Amino acid sequence: MSDKVLMKGNEAIAEAAVRAGLVGYFGYPITPQNEVTAYMSWRMPELGRAFVQAESELAAINMVYGAGATGVRVMTTSSSPGIALMQEGISYMCGAEVPAVIVNITRGGPGLGNIGPSQCDYNQATRGGGNGDYKLLVYAPHTIQEAIDLVYKSFDKAEKYRNPVMILGDGALGQMAEAVVLPEMREIVDEDKGWELNGAKGRAPRSVKSLRLAEGKLKEHNWHLKRKYDEMEANEVEYEYLENDYEILIVAFGTAARVAKSAIKTLNEDGLKVGLFRPITISPYPYDALRDASKNAKKILVAEMNTGQMLFDVKLAVCDDSKIEFIGKPGGEVFAPDEIIEKVKNMVGG
Amino acid sequence: MKVVFERPESLLGNKTIYCPGCNHGIIHRLVAEAIDELGLRESTVGVAPVGCAVLLYDYFNFDIVEAPHGRAPAMATAMKRVRPNLTIFTYQGDGDLASIGMAEIMHAANRGDSLTVVFVNNANYGMTGGQMAPTTLPGQKTTTTPMGRVEKQHGFPFRMAEIIGGLPAVAYSSRVSVTNPKNIMKAKKAIKKAFENQVNDKGFSFVEVLSTCPTNWGMSPVDAIKWIDDVMSVYYPLGVFKDIDEEVQK
Repeated sequence: MSDKVLMKGNEAIAEAAVRAGLVGYFGYPITPQNEVTAYMSWRMPELGRAFVQAESELAAINMVYGAGATGVRVMTTSSSPGIALMQEGISYMCGAEVPAVIVNITRGGPGLGNIGPSQCDYNQATRGGGNGDYKLLVYAPHTIQEAIDLVYKSFDKAEKYRNPVMILGDGALGQMAEAVVLPEMREIVDEDKGWELNGAKGRAPRSVKSLRLAEGKLKEHNWHLKRKYDEMEANEVEYEYLENDYEILIVAFGTAARVAKSAIKTLNEDGLKVGLFRPITISPYPYDALRDASKNAKKILVAEMNTGQMLFDVKLAVCDDSKIEFIGKPGGEVFAPDEIIEKVKNMVGG
Repeated sequence: MKVVFERPESLLGNKTIYCPGCNHGIIHRLVAEAIDELGLRESTVGVAPVGCAVLLYDYFNFDIVEAPHGRAPAMATAMKRVRPNLTIFTYQGDGDLASIGMAEIMHAANRGDSLTVVFVNNANYGMTGGQMAPTTLPGQKTTTTPMGRVEKQHGFPFRMAEIIGGLPAVAYSSRVSVTNPKNIMKAKKAIKKAFENQVNDKGFSFVEVLSTCPTNWGMSPVDAIKWIDDVMSVYYPLGVFKDIDEEVQK
């Protein structure tokens, strides 16, 4: 008998977090990720764990900050305008080094935008939307199974680096259903990690804070954080790269990469040599791997559901703008494979 | 020799950065004494605000987390939910609690978790240099109300202890001052009760403490104390606005 179950993306993300040992979920409803909050509202209490529907995204992220500071696994989920409101808390958590998992099921923007799937929050996710010198580890899954696996893994990474980890999905990933295999239920282990606030019993008091007033202390801390981001870059970069024989390399992440895979299948059947490079971590970005992959390509096509945000990172990796073309799909819409197929055929003069 | 007076164990020996004549020192001590007397030092986590009291971890001998401006009550709710055995209190100023953090305090109070909030009201923004706060009195001059607060232009001050006391999930809400030994004793009793309520899981407890800001008020410490007694306490009456224990007795 198969262990596969049919699950909607948002609910699968919720269950993966529960199985990773989530102790507190704090969220505020926003489309297209509402199924996560609804799922957590019964699933967490059922297991004797904490669920609070916050009064705002500001409150939700600060609940995550507070609960995370006590050393337990915590998560929030939201969508673009909600994540924008959470940037204050995310900056504080990076400054105070509090681990958490934050899921952004992106919709169209700017502003209220629409509720369609979009990749328009790439810059916000990868550049740090809040104040200060910080970065998140950001995963961009392209299937529900991958989202499950990355959510499950994100808690370990967040704890390893004492830094928030973001999952950047989109409305398509959240709303579609697929057959998936769920990971095992992990036991919640409450062992002292040496920094969390759980009462100064038999030890010196601790503080979790981002204010560093004494001369030189913040500079020291900024360099400490930078070394941490360097360490992430050395250890955590992930990408999928189909090393077939290609002349054109499509670079895409998330749902756009999923569509690109369909397009590439057709193009290959039509005799065109097209490959895919898919970043799984978009922060840190797989610059070196893409640079290597781009050497064999005559042309590179960047396909994104926005007006060109990852394009900048591809240019940094490839260092040859003349090779690079872009196809964008903003406004909360998903590419049809035909749009990419047509673009590639135009590029080869077909 | 019998020791009759000493520093509470919950208070560190560090010097504070507070201005001369500021009441934060007294209020810190009352919080520390209450926690010591209830035996809570090793299970307490304090949530520091943005503002003058941001450096609580330099003064208290227990765990402290530092909140973004106004968000302490949201943090406290979540901390209590994931670790119910901890004693969680927020220590907030009037700009932090009644302006930027108004939503967070109202919703935390309304959720009714057993939390303790110590709200220090000095009728202006102390840390940023004496601007108008939501608690600035009508007619009171600040750097952003140079002609005095005019209700028509600036709105009315919030009486937070009364507002919080009106919420059904609140166990206790009172206003105290620390202007003389008698008031200090009353303040101590109120703060201790607010922590006791948490231990006994009675619900949300709120203590507003009227506090001096001699530097920004442009007064001597003695005149500042007098101003609280003669002016501030008139607009913000001292007293208990909600106590579920009293209601039970009625």
